Order: sequence, then C-alpha cells, then structure tokens
Amino acid sequence: MSYALPKSWIAPLKAIVFALSLVPLARIIYAILFDTISLGANPAETILHMSGDGVIYFLLITLAITPLRKLTGWNDLIKFRRMMGLYAFFYACVHFLSYIGFDRLFDLSDMAREIVKRPFILVGFAAFVLLVPLAVTSTRGWVLRLGGARWSALHKAVYPIAILGIVHYWWLVKRDITWPVLFALVLAVLLAYRGFKRGGRKIRAAS
Amino acid sequence: MPRYSFPKPKGSEITPRDVYLNRRHFIAGAMATGVGVSMVGTARAASAATQPLTFKQGAAPVLSDKPTARELATTYNNYYEFGTSKGEPAHNASTLKIKPWTVEIGGEVAKPRTIGIEDLLAMELEERIYRMRCVEAWSMVIPWVGMSFSKLASLVEPTSKAKYVKFTSAARPEEMPGVRSRILDWPYTEGLRMDEAMHPLTFLTLGMYGETLPNQNGAPVRIVTPWKYGFKNAKSIVRIDFVSEQPRTAWMTAGANEYGFYANVNPEVDHPRWSQKHERLLPAFFASRETEKFNGYGAEVTSLYSGMDLAANF
Repeated sequence: MSYALPKSWIAPLKAIVFALSLVPLARIIYAILFDTISLGANPAETILHMSGDGVIYFLLITLAITPLRKLTGWNDLIKFRRMMGLYAFFYACVHFLSYIGFDRLFDLSDMAREIVKRPFILVGFAAFVLLVPLAVTSTRGWVLRLGGARWSALHKAVYPIAILGIVHYWWLVKRDITWPVLFALVLAVLLAYRGFKRGGRKIRAAS
Repeated sequence: MPRYSFPKPKGSEITPRDVYLNRRHFIAGAMATGVGVSMVGTARAASAATQPLTFKQGAAPVLSDKPTARELATTYNNYYEFGTSKGEPAHNASTLKIKPWTVEIGGEVAKPRTIGIEDLLAMELEERIYRMRCVEAWSMVIPWVGMSFSKLASLVEPTSKAKYVKFTSAARPEEMPGVRSRILDWPYTEGLRMDEAMHPLTFLTLGMYGETLPNQNGAPVRIVTPWKYGFKNAKSIVRIDFVSEQPRTAWMTAGANEYGFYANVNPEVDHPRWSQKHERLLPAFFASRETEKFNGYGAEVTSLYSGMDLAANF
C-alpha cells in the first residue's frame, strides 16, 4: 500500500508549498506597508499572534507528516518535511524578532530580565533556542556528518519543542484557553501515534 | 482565525484626526449661533447605533497626546461578555438591547432608586479626554462624555455605612455570547473605595467621541477611573451598590494574584504577565511610552493613598 507521484511533479509541488507557506509573512508585510488598519489597533500584537500561530501550525504539520505517510502510504510526503520544519523555525524567528523589537525595543538586557522573570516567555524562548540546532543540521550534509541514527536522535527534540511551544501559548492567554487546548489535543494525538507505533513494534519483536 | 478579523472601516469612513479635532470648533461655532449640537452629527456621519450628545467641555488634566482614532477605540475592545478576542465585541455587541435600560442604585443609601438611562442622559454632561491604560500594557486617549460619579451618588445620599461602591454589569446569555461560557464569574463586578468613587475624576460615562457609547464600549453606561487599569472600568452597568465591605471583583475571583482590588496604574509594581514600565500608545508598533504612576493623574489622586503600601495593595 504505497504510491508515488511522477518524479517530475515533485519540484513544482515543492515550489507551490514553499510559496503557500510564505502567505502569512506576505500578509504581515503587505499590511505593514499598505494596510495597517487590517492589523487592528494593536498591529504589533497582531503580528506577534500571527507569527506565533505560524510556528505552531508548521510544527504540527511537520509532526503530522510521518503519521500521514504511514496511514496513506503516500511516501512523497517525507520530501516536504524539512521545508515544513524550516518554516516553523522561520516563523519562530519572525515571532522572536517582533517580540524583542516591538515589545522590548531591542534592549537585550531588558529582554533577558523578562525571560527569567516570566515563565511563559522562558518556555517560549527555550523552544526557540532548541529549534536552532535542528534548523542548522537540517541539510543533507549534516545528516551524513552525524550519521542517520544520531541525526534522528537529535531531531527527536522537536517533540519537547512542540510541547514547550504549546505550554508557552497556554500560559500566556489570560482566560480563554480554547485555542491552546485544541492545539494541545492535536499534538497529543500526533505524539500518541508515535508511542503507539513504538509499542506495537516492541510487541511484534517480542513475539 | 477569529482573532485577526478586525472590523475593517472603509477608507472613506475613517475620520482624519484633524477633522475630529476641528469638530470642536464646529460645535463651539454652532453653539454660538444657537444652532445647537445637532452639528455634531454632521461633522462625521454618526454610526447607526449611536446618537449625538449635548455636552460642555469638562475640566480634566490636559494630555499632550491627541485622541486615538474613534475607529480604533471602537474595534479593539476587552469585553469578554462578547468574546475574548479584541475584535469580537465590535462584531457581536449589536445584539445587546440598550433600550430600555435602568440602573438600580441601592445598599447603604438614604434614597435608593432605579434610574432610567434617559434620565441620566438628560443631566448636564461634559466631555473629558482621559488616557486609558490597559493592564496589558497598551493605552489609548479617549474623549468620554458623562459626569462625575459623585453627581449620581448625591441623588441617592449614601449613609456613613457606605465604605465602598460595587458596580454590576449586565449578564444576558441571550444577548451576550461570551456569558454562555464561564470565562469569568458572571456578572462582571467591579468596585471602588468610597473616596475613590467620589473623586471628581471618577466618571460616570454615557458617551465617547461626542456620541452615546457604542455597545462594544460599554453602552449605555459605564464607569471610568483614569488612574486605574482599564478592567476597573465596568461596562453596561445595571446595578450600583453602596456597601460596607470591600467587594470581590470578577477579576479578583479569576486570579487574585494578578488582579488586585486597587489596580492603580503603577510602573513600579510588576504584573506576572506584563511588564508595566512601558506601554504601547496605540496604534504605535513600539511599546516605547514610559508608563506614568497613576497613569499621569498623580497630582489629583496620590493623596487618596497616603501611607498605603501600593505594592501590597496592588
């Protein structure tokens, strides 16, 4: 139960996904330049929210690729995983830069104090820092350099990163936790699938 | 995503700041010629639900910043009864029926009474331009229309047992979608110490930008205490009680470690979520305005708190 698209379709499809993934950024830039009113009365906050949501969406998409591939048998999906992961990192950079710029006015000592003082900022910052080595080692060269087993052990860090990201969101909302709960449920399903798979393998190996 | 959908005024509907400010000359001129304040309505097309008001210029500390555009102040609201995002109140609040509306005033008073909104609107109104500082570290400058709360209090004659004032907002699940979920302990309640309530700056507010309040801004009547964080300014008030004990407010119930009874704007008292040293004067991108103690109204209100530990009584 596996199928593949014609090889010649992959590159154009990648280009389309690449462009679609830039839509949130394009919306932000367009709004800043030509249409600030569409960002509401607090444009900086809207940009923080849009980029933060972008991180969570792309992390969840990245984590959904393996389960989807196994469930559907469409193995080409794996060819999009690195791009999705890098977009998660890209929107994390936009989010982080918006925060230190708009909120902390590029005052790094002030930022450091805030990170230490506020748990929700600390976990968000930790998630961001942990993403950096994953982004750096996302190339084919680094896979070879590290070796497949070590590389994939390192990249399992995406699980705690996703958890930290959603904890960050959960802790920052004032009262209404609807969205963080929904994201947490999706993440729980994606992580549970992996636990279930691994458990299944162990049982088969034992028998 | 609902959180990004701000009601988008057409370019033609946006009042240029100078037009809004010039409106004042318009009114002054109109009054001088006896035409009256119907001119207010012609200076800017009134939105469907709000009505122009008659008022005089009130005495309030003059601010260096110009008023925030009306379109921003009426589309970016914390009003959880209509949803927890900033844009939802403007989308959802039209369902609130503000006619008829009465405010029940009771508790430790000699003359309890129920007063209709039309009676409040018939009283002498004034405009006050106040800075509004939200606990979320943003601020706006808003021209409110109303009267000192003490004027209303004098109608009911509070007794010596009245130590605090408790405000209760409307909570109508059929008209307010947010009230159907237990985001806060409805109805929304707020309170002030008696001397705070009777302070001339404490403003019983019936309008903004020269007209009655839009629903999303707390129509038809709310309270505004400009030296306190915005959540103290209870909206759509249906009950006012003069009480002997400090009332427990909705936000104290939600998180007593974050939201205190006093909630005075104070850059020296940190909040677990937001640094209060700076604020974003909307619609600015950068949070570069230094927050002033008592939101800049220190000269007027500092004496209310002499000898009090403001960090403990946050």
